[in-house]
Amino acid sequence: MLNLDQIAQDAVAAFAATDDPDTLEQIKARYLGKSGQITELLKGMAKLSPDEKKSTGAAINRAKEAIESALNARREAIRKQALEARLAGESLDVTLPGRGETRGGLHPVTRTLERIEALFRSIGFEVADGPEIEADFQNFTALNTPEDHPARSMHDTFYLLDEDGKVAEDILLRTHTSPIQVRYMQAHVAKYAHLETMPEIRVIAPGRVYRVDSDATHSPMFHQVEGLWIGENVSFADLKGVVADFLRRFFESDDLQVRFRPSFFPFTEPSAEIDVAFMSGTLKGRWLEIAGCGMVHPNVLRHVGIDPEKYIGFAFGMGPDRLTMLRYGVNDLRLFFDGDLRFLRQFV
Amino acid sequence: MKFSESWLRSFVNPAVSGNDFSHLLTMAGLEVEEEETVAPAFDGVIVAEVLEVKKHPDADRLNVCRVNIGRAEPQQIVCGAPNVAAGLKVPCALPGATLPGDFQIKIAKVRGIESSGMLCSAKELGIAEDASGLLILPADAPVGQDIRSYLDLDDRLLTLKLTPNRADCLSLTGIAREVAALTDTSARYPQVATTPVTIDNRRDIVLDDPKACPLYCGRVIAGVNAKAATPDWMKRRLERSGIRSISALVDITNYVMLEFGQPLHAFDNTKLEGAIHARFASAGEKILLLNEQTLSLQDDVLLIADDKRPVAMAGIMGGEDSGITLETTEMFLEAAFFAPKAIAGRARRYGFGSDASHRFERGVDFGGTHVALERACQLILDICGGQAGPLCEAQATLPARPPVRLRRSRVAKVLGVSFTAEQIETIFSRLGLCFVRNDDDFLVTPPTCRFDIEIEEDLIEEIARLHGYDAIPSQAPRARLAMLPQTEDARPLFRVRQILADRGFQEVVNFAFVEDAWESDFAANTTQIRLANPIASQMSVMRSTLIGGLVANVITNLKRKQNRVRLFETGRCFYRDAQGLPVKGFRQPWKIAGLAYGGALPEQWASPTRAVDFYDIKGEVESLLAPVVARYEKTSHPALHPGRSARVLVNDQEVGILGELHPQWVQKYDLPLAPVVFELDLDALTRARLPKYAEVSKQPAAFRDLAIVVDQKLELQALIDGLLANRPAIVQDIRLFDIFTGKGIEQGKKSLAFRIVMQDTQRTLQDTEVDAAIQQLITYLHQAFSAQLRV
Repeated sequence: MLNLDQIAQDAVAAFAATDDPDTLEQIKARYLGKSGQITELLKGMAKLSPDEKKSTGAAINRAKEAIESALNARREAIRKQALEARLAGESLDVTLPGRGETRGGLHPVTRTLERIEALFRSIGFEVADGPEIEADFQNFTALNTPEDHPARSMHDTFYLLDEDGKVAEDILLRTHTSPIQVRYMQAHVAKYAHLETMPEIRVIAPGRVYRVDSDATHSPMFHQVEGLWIGENVSFADLKGVVADFLRRFFESDDLQVRFRPSFFPFTEPSAEIDVAFMSGTLKGRWLEIAGCGMVHPNVLRHVGIDPEKYIGFAFGMGPDRLTMLRYGVNDLRLFFDGDLRFLRQFV
Repeated sequence: MKFSESWLRSFVNPAVSGNDFSHLLTMAGLEVEEEETVAPAFDGVIVAEVLEVKKHPDADRLNVCRVNIGRAEPQQIVCGAPNVAAGLKVPCALPGATLPGDFQIKIAKVRGIESSGMLCSAKELGIAEDASGLLILPADAPVGQDIRSYLDLDDRLLTLKLTPNRADCLSLTGIAREVAALTDTSARYPQVATTPVTIDNRRDIVLDDPKACPLYCGRVIAGVNAKAATPDWMKRRLERSGIRSISALVDITNYVMLEFGQPLHAFDNTKLEGAIHARFASAGEKILLLNEQTLSLQDDVLLIADDKRPVAMAGIMGGEDSGITLETTEMFLEAAFFAPKAIAGRARRYGFGSDASHRFERGVDFGGTHVALERACQLILDICGGQAGPLCEAQATLPARPPVRLRRSRVAKVLGVSFTAEQIETIFSRLGLCFVRNDDDFLVTPPTCRFDIEIEEDLIEEIARLHGYDAIPSQAPRARLAMLPQTEDARPLFRVRQILADRGFQEVVNFAFVEDAWESDFAANTTQIRLANPIASQMSVMRSTLIGGLVANVITNLKRKQNRVRLFETGRCFYRDAQGLPVKGFRQPWKIAGLAYGGALPEQWASPTRAVDFYDIKGEVESLLAPVVARYEKTSHPALHPGRSARVLVNDQEVGILGELHPQWVQKYDLPLAPVVFELDLDALTRARLPKYAEVSKQPAAFRDLAIVVDQKLELQALIDGLLANRPAIVQDIRLFDIFTGKGIEQGKKSLAFRIVMQDTQRTLQDTEVDAAIQQLITYLHQAFSAQLRV
């Protein structure tokens, strides 16, 4: 019996003495292998009497179990050790930068246009587009601005040369996005000519526009967004509501002050200029001109075949460049058109 | 329109002042663009009289003066001004005064002599730059009066940014009328008496075009003294309105123009011959103007002429050789009404403008023509003397002021807020509008001074203005809800932009007008669309490609030490096209272009540095177009390297190009590396496909790799096209996964390795079928391309 205890003790000690899985298995063979000590003892049982077999067998099995359990524990310990060693060896400097491409970004004015579109879509406005080389009719005449109208002096218009190098009289670079409303209304009227009452027009028209003007606050090309809502019952009070709502959502500022003051545009009557004032920040308390608007002039509606007695509505035009400048604190309009990555990357 | 507030207040003086007054005007549509004070803050300065001047005993340049300040005892004041002299009236700062710059005046000893105050120059009072000597006041200035009140230095100068419809506010009386209406105060206007006629000199007037000039009044005034001095009060008012004093006669015409808004013109009557005509120029007719410009006129320019020659561009500017001078003794004073249409745009066409044309273009009150003429005559007789002849006048049909109907219900409909008929009545009365009311209906006759009241909405605006735009509620609109279309087969432009941004490209916005050279270099454009009036020569041609702008952006950024540049832009490009729509003659499609310059990846520790190349950008184009698979064909494009450029085809339609910038432009634009660019029709990218389900095979696929050696010049597309056209039915996909040249491959040849995917939707493939299929492909490749199996 003593012998068995000794064998088990030796085996456990031998297991503990190695870190190597192969050596461990060799040691195991010495005890539990085909000619291992325990195996030999078990073989020797055949010579014993049934009583002896019972008591000796039980003792041998206890020793075997002890050895096996020590072996498994040791195996597990060595496996863990090995895993830990491997993990330690595989560890990285996780502070090194990641591999691959960095993100680019949208132009800040694009960001603004996207937000404007999203805000107006949320109350059912569609988005329309129109040509930038525009006919004089759509840019001026249809908008109640006949030739020699003093309002034309407010726009310094870019004109084009024809193929013979002469000034093309009826063609220009649009000075505002308002001609899109003309085209949109014309198409809308045609589309619903078969109906007694045409559906409402709710549309915004963003785009690039051109004026002969260039300094820190004027760019010869800039952006505008035109808005138009025509229905059977759309009033100046609605105009105030929609525009004020938009401005507060756009600037995410519920306490933004919005004021409307009388102004003049040939294509709206009554007309208003819209000013905003922030309640905090560097521009706090200053009135900033942000958009022009008004009730669509009956002549404009007549020009596109809409009866101004039946339908009424408002239009507004605002400058996304200016909205962008105010939103992000940009102080020079020219930065938008300069392509300077150091500036543009700030809007990623 | 700049004016002095105190001049305005001589007509109407409401209780509101300062910023509140400016706010009132702004909120009524007369935007106050600028407010200035006439003088900075100071006090304790009065009008004083120099009684005696003696040399200072201890200083050459100083004088000791005895000065009457309106008290019993004269003051002793030391003065260094060179122009000090006994008898002069000058401003005097008394001890205790504070001058601009917080300069305190105290009793002090100057070189041992006590001085009780300081005699002041205009600069010391902050009212002018002149520091050369004391500000000399008129001899009748009342001694002891505070200088601020004597010179009206508490006045403010307001500049209105008037909209073109409010010509009626281009005069002091006009603004006064508006202020009276806004504040419900009464206004007093100058009393104008009929000029006594004492001579019989007259001149006939002929209205050759009564539509353009329906009213012309004039009067001869003889014996005037053109050299008379303009009174100080008039000079001051003119100067505070931004008009320089020139001579009494000119000043008076300007003064009356500011006062009543009626431009006047003074001719030297001795230089006129025969009758006055208001007629259009004959084409090419010449006139030398007061501004010394000689113009050759077009036939739509209205002239004032005598029997011999043109003497003025009507309503715009007088002629040089018929105008008054300081020698003039007999003048002919004109006050006329010219139709806005006959004046508008003419001055601008010749590159100038005048106070007169500014007013006539917008509309001058033809009901006030006589009054203005009489007012000017009165002032001339008072200031320059002389004798007036009878009023000479020709009048045709003046602009009609047809009554405008206003319905109370329409007011509510337009403004979204109801007014009672009484409220409307009150507003119209305050505005001085003549109206007839019939219950809720008004018939309003617009006054002659208003050119902007033609329709009902114009009156509604007047109601809104007087009521206050602020007082109109801001209401959330009501509408019937309807969902907007959500087209799944269209990809929004923002999404396209976002894809590129996410893949490392930065969006830019460049001008649509570009340099001439860009259009020839990058587009070989021979039918350029040129601007008639470009802002600069490098912005003179409408772009037909976005590439030029992107290349310029690279140059800009390289200068700023940005060595890796990835950019894109979306925008319209412009082409002449007889079939172009919606604007005839022009096609204006949206394009999207991208450019990559420098490293294929941002400089980093983990990947080797490599310059971006054709295939990098092709990958970008492929992913941008996905799920659409385009074909790429070698092409020749003016902007691109002939061996490294491709056109992109979708459904056999070219939708764009990509490639490396032509080495010639790389050199010309001084770029250290070649940028790779693409430009696509945006249409091709904003179209999307509605996904359509196709059954997924449950049978296992078989894969075989196939490596062949072919001629190096052979294009992959030809091979793939051939393979796909000649494949056995079980071949589902053929993918290139390796290309190799060099060791083991014959010179002039390349090895291509394909993975062939085979599958049947109904059953599992047998090895023999697979082998046979591969053999079929090999045989085809050998026959069609002399391809050899790579061993």
